[in-house]
Amino acid sequence: MLRSLNINPDKCTGCLQCEMACSFENEGVFNPAKSRIKIFTFHDEGRFVPYTCTQCDEAWCLHACPVEAIRMNRETGAMEILDSVCVGCKVCTIACPFGTVNYNQTTGKVIKCDLCGGDPQCAQACPTEAITYVDADATGLEKMRAWASKTDNQAHAN
Amino acid sequence: MTYVIVGSGPAGVVAAETICKLDPNGQVVMVGDEPDPPYSRMAIPYLLINNIDEQGTYLRKDPEHFGNAIKHVHGVAESVDAEAKTLILADGRKLDYEALLVSTGSRPILPPVPGIDGERVTTCWTLEDARKITATLKPDASVVLIGAGFIGCIILEALVSSGANLTVVEMGDRMVPRMLDETSGGLLKKWCQEKGVNVMTSAQVESIDHHSDKAVVKISNDRHVEAELVISAAGVRANADFLEGTEIELKNGAVAVDRYMCSSVPGIYAAGDAACGLDFSTSDYSVQAIQPTAVEHGRVAAANMVRHGSVLHQGCINMNVLDTIGLVSVSYGQWQGVEGGDHAALLDRDRFRYINLQFDGDTLVGANTLGITQHIGILRGLIQGQFKLGKWKQRLMDNPMQLMEAYLAATQGA
Repeated sequence: MLRSLNINPDKCTGCLQCEMACSFENEGVFNPAKSRIKIFTFHDEGRFVPYTCTQCDEAWCLHACPVEAIRMNRETGAMEILDSVCVGCKVCTIACPFGTVNYNQTTGKVIKCDLCGGDPQCAQACPTEAITYVDADATGLEKMRAWASKTDNQAHAN
Repeated sequence: MTYVIVGSGPAGVVAAETICKLDPNGQVVMVGDEPDPPYSRMAIPYLLINNIDEQGTYLRKDPEHFGNAIKHVHGVAESVDAEAKTLILADGRKLDYEALLVSTGSRPILPPVPGIDGERVTTCWTLEDARKITATLKPDASVVLIGAGFIGCIILEALVSSGANLTVVEMGDRMVPRMLDETSGGLLKKWCQEKGVNVMTSAQVESIDHHSDKAVVKISNDRHVEAELVISAAGVRANADFLEGTEIELKNGAVAVDRYMCSSVPGIYAAGDAACGLDFSTSDYSVQAIQPTAVEHGRVAAANMVRHGSVLHQGCINMNVLDTIGLVSVSYGQWQGVEGGDHAALLDRDRFRYINLQFDGDTLVGANTLGITQHIGILRGLIQGQFKLGKWKQRLMDNPMQLMEAYLAATQGA
């Protein structure tokens, strides 16, 4: 069964352990700046919101890539960057309307959440279950996906 | 059903693949006028700096990708007989179609300058151009680049890193005037100058005199530069001339299409740089000539070629991302602003960082950025989602970098 990240901002305390775990797993360093999941802080409202790629059905990044460097992993449903193919043109970074594909100046490639191949370390690291990895059907991604379908030209084609 | 697709760039390839999915029994013929497999012009700058080989530019990596389902033929379109439903190729071959897609892309315009057709002048558009440039570039070679538009800027890194002495001549008063505002276009010029590039803006090449060992480029205000190589990157125009004299209506030099990507002649569609399609921001029809638009056009056109009326095009948002010797600039939608709208800008001149947001009421409608790469796509989300920003508009006016927070507030009530 396909699983996805379920994010519940109400449970987030802003401890940033997810960012540390992500950057360590993917970049080998404890550096939140290199994390693919980000915690956004709302000082006035006293709220923290974890945010990362939802592996959306529309896969804007994948369709925008001119050289087939983004593929869907059929086991996890994640859109994955193939580093050996990515030329670093950054078109996916402006095509993703969720802002979850980032350019990494150090490597000259783009990076995004790939669900750590099916064992997302952010969910492992989260002490409050603000980030969990659950059945895809049970996650609350509809809000974002509803938006995506609003401007999508391809969804109507099927 | 027989489909003929003329042009094998991203729009044509995506259309062919979409047709195969929607009509598995259809016959798809895709005509390309270059000898290479379908490739991405977007990848050429990375070929020039040797990050990839030619194969790395191919749109589809599997040599068998097009297989039997899509017949890829080499040929140059000469005309269309809409009544007989036939595409006529330059070598006399005729291809019958039931639905035709014009996805012929665009080609560089050469400025009308004496000597522009000389041997030392090349464009930077095709793989063949890239081969020529690679063969000529060497340390201390003198190179003149005509045009500091998107193409000119994106190949600057390759030219600079080859060790060439580089002069850029741009007609506009700043770099990339069709994508960047005065502040960011001016800052990009300063960036390039600090990298050792001789940038002349508000300047024009007047003539190119060819000698046996070099060309002498004459530039306005009585300037002369010697060059072993002159690269002309002065804009592009649609490859739609072969349709002149047919019933197919052209607009801005490209095929005028409706929201089904259909031309004025039923059964004939257009996509990508060759199509004058709906712009999301302006509700007007224009030629955007960008990769994401080509892909979206290709998909919408294909669906309507299979079943006319099945997909209504929602309009493409104009967007560009450009890396100029390591400085990344971005533009979205109505980056020039709209009448009566507010804008919010933040500038750090020393660090070459800049953001300028354009609002219509409390909705974001466009943006320019320089030196910002994190979460940049959220600008598209905010613009295309047409979210009412409410109190977050003022917060963005105070700090335009709070884009992600504004987006989360608008979509998740955060």
